[in-house]
Amino acid sequence: MPTSIASPNRTSPWAHAFFVEFGDFWLFTGRALGWMFRDLTSRQFWRRLIPQLYEVGWLSLPVILITGAFVGMVIAIQSIDQFRNVGLEDRLGSIVNLSVVRELGPVLAGMMLAGRIGGALTAEIGTMNVTEQIDALRSMGVDPVRYLVSPRVCACLVLTPMLTLFADLTGALGGWFVCVVQGGVDPGPYLEYTKDAVDNFDLFSGLLKSLFFGCALGTISCYRGFYCKPGAHGVGRACTSAFVASFIAILILDYMLAVILQSISVYLWGFRSLI
Amino acid sequence: MSEARNAPIIELRNVAKRFGALVVLDNLNLSIEEGKTTVVIGESGTGKSVLLKHIVGLLRPDSGEVFFQNTRIDNLDEEGLVPFRRRMGFLFQLSALFDSMSVGENVAFPVLQHSAKSAVKTDEIVAETLRKVGLEGFQNRRPGELSGGQKKRVALARAIALNPEVVLYDEPTTGLDPVRADVINELILKMGRELKATSIVVTHDMISAYKVAHRIVMLDKGRIIADGPPDYFRKTDDQKSDDLSMAVPRPRI
Repeated sequence: MPTSIASPNRTSPWAHAFFVEFGDFWLFTGRALGWMFRDLTSRQFWRRLIPQLYEVGWLSLPVILITGAFVGMVIAIQSIDQFRNVGLEDRLGSIVNLSVVRELGPVLAGMMLAGRIGGALTAEIGTMNVTEQIDALRSMGVDPVRYLVSPRVCACLVLTPMLTLFADLTGALGGWFVCVVQGGVDPGPYLEYTKDAVDNFDLFSGLLKSLFFGCALGTISCYRGFYCKPGAHGVGRACTSAFVASFIAILILDYMLAVILQSISVYLWGFRSLI
Repeated sequence: MSEARNAPIIELRNVAKRFGALVVLDNLNLSIEEGKTTVVIGESGTGKSVLLKHIVGLLRPDSGEVFFQNTRIDNLDEEGLVPFRRRMGFLFQLSALFDSMSVGENVAFPVLQHSAKSAVKTDEIVAETLRKVGLEGFQNRRPGELSGGQKKRVALARAIALNPEVVLYDEPTTGLDPVRADVINELILKMGRELKATSIVVTHDMISAYKVAHRIVMLDKGRIIADGPPDYFRKTDDQKSDDLSMAVPRPRI
């Protein structure tokens, strides 16, 4: 008797594996976030968190500052001649700073962190997995998600928005340098148009996005390490797939949040023209 | 001897486990007597380590039941297993020391996780436990600075830091030279004497098995094919037991 298309028997092994992994990932994320909130007042949690804050925050700061500065400078250098051609170079501040604060600051900071922190998290947890250190934790009655994953996810969650703020700051300075110092744009109107265009909601939008990016890269990287296949090859592949998955997650989240936040902005304040 | 003393401390009933098409444990039944050292032998890939991981709940059976002192544990979640895991120590085949920590921190780890002892008291426990395994003063070394045998001894110190009732040894002498392997055998005997712990040793090292075992269980294709005291294995004519125990060279491929 022919089976219907909806029958579970017709589910391809690939689709089955995808949905199993997808479900596993959300359970894993739920456990990590659950332990994080439960342990926020625990001294042991803070003892595990502080080294992660140092690793994720302090050690990532140089690369984030450099990324932010060059993003601002590149946007400015690409825009300045076009704006000057139509006599609107005074308005460069609005475009450069709004692009940095709303979009490029959070997205590129997230991607830099996915490369720098995500790879390190996957490699560290993956190596612990293949050398039975995670099994050792479990055999001693210690939940490895609570012990290893929740402080790392917490550090990514808290510090990605903070690092994004620094990227925004250096991005704005980079744009200022190219437009005002190198390009000779009048600093007064540059600042005035910046103040008109970039408001608190834009800053909030960028930081909210980076909060989601931090959560995504932290959980994806830990998950890939936690379930990596044996051997050096397994750890290597886990690192690659963690970076690719974090990268794609950041782009998808960016689009979804841009749609939602733009709708909220239009609903609350109406359409704002920048030019 | 009282009835409680004779009751098995660990019992596996009809435990089956497969990984894909590979049957690793095939409706296995095994009772472990309290206070004794049971050695599980068998060729590589016969399910010895998988058996050990079922006892501590690192793997779940596809069917069958695992009991610890008459309490079923295979259906407990991770939090439910914690009280039972505290009563067991597990020595991993690759030692599984936390390489981000010093030797002292590794040994202190289970103590800090499961008790509210002061730093001074914890340091005393670490020093005492390292002394038991013959590594006095090694607290500040890193795992990367240790030899294979020393790593096993640190891993053993970590496994016994909470004075467990059951100690599980996964291939404790694999990869060690005969002298270092014998040091580990002596330690297994010492732990049995001093801690009065029940020991389950998985190995294919018959010298080690004969030295430490009260009882030897032989696995083949996930089933028990021989079970008895060491003398039984010394005298048996069964080819598989004989192969492993005598390791007689003959064409095999």
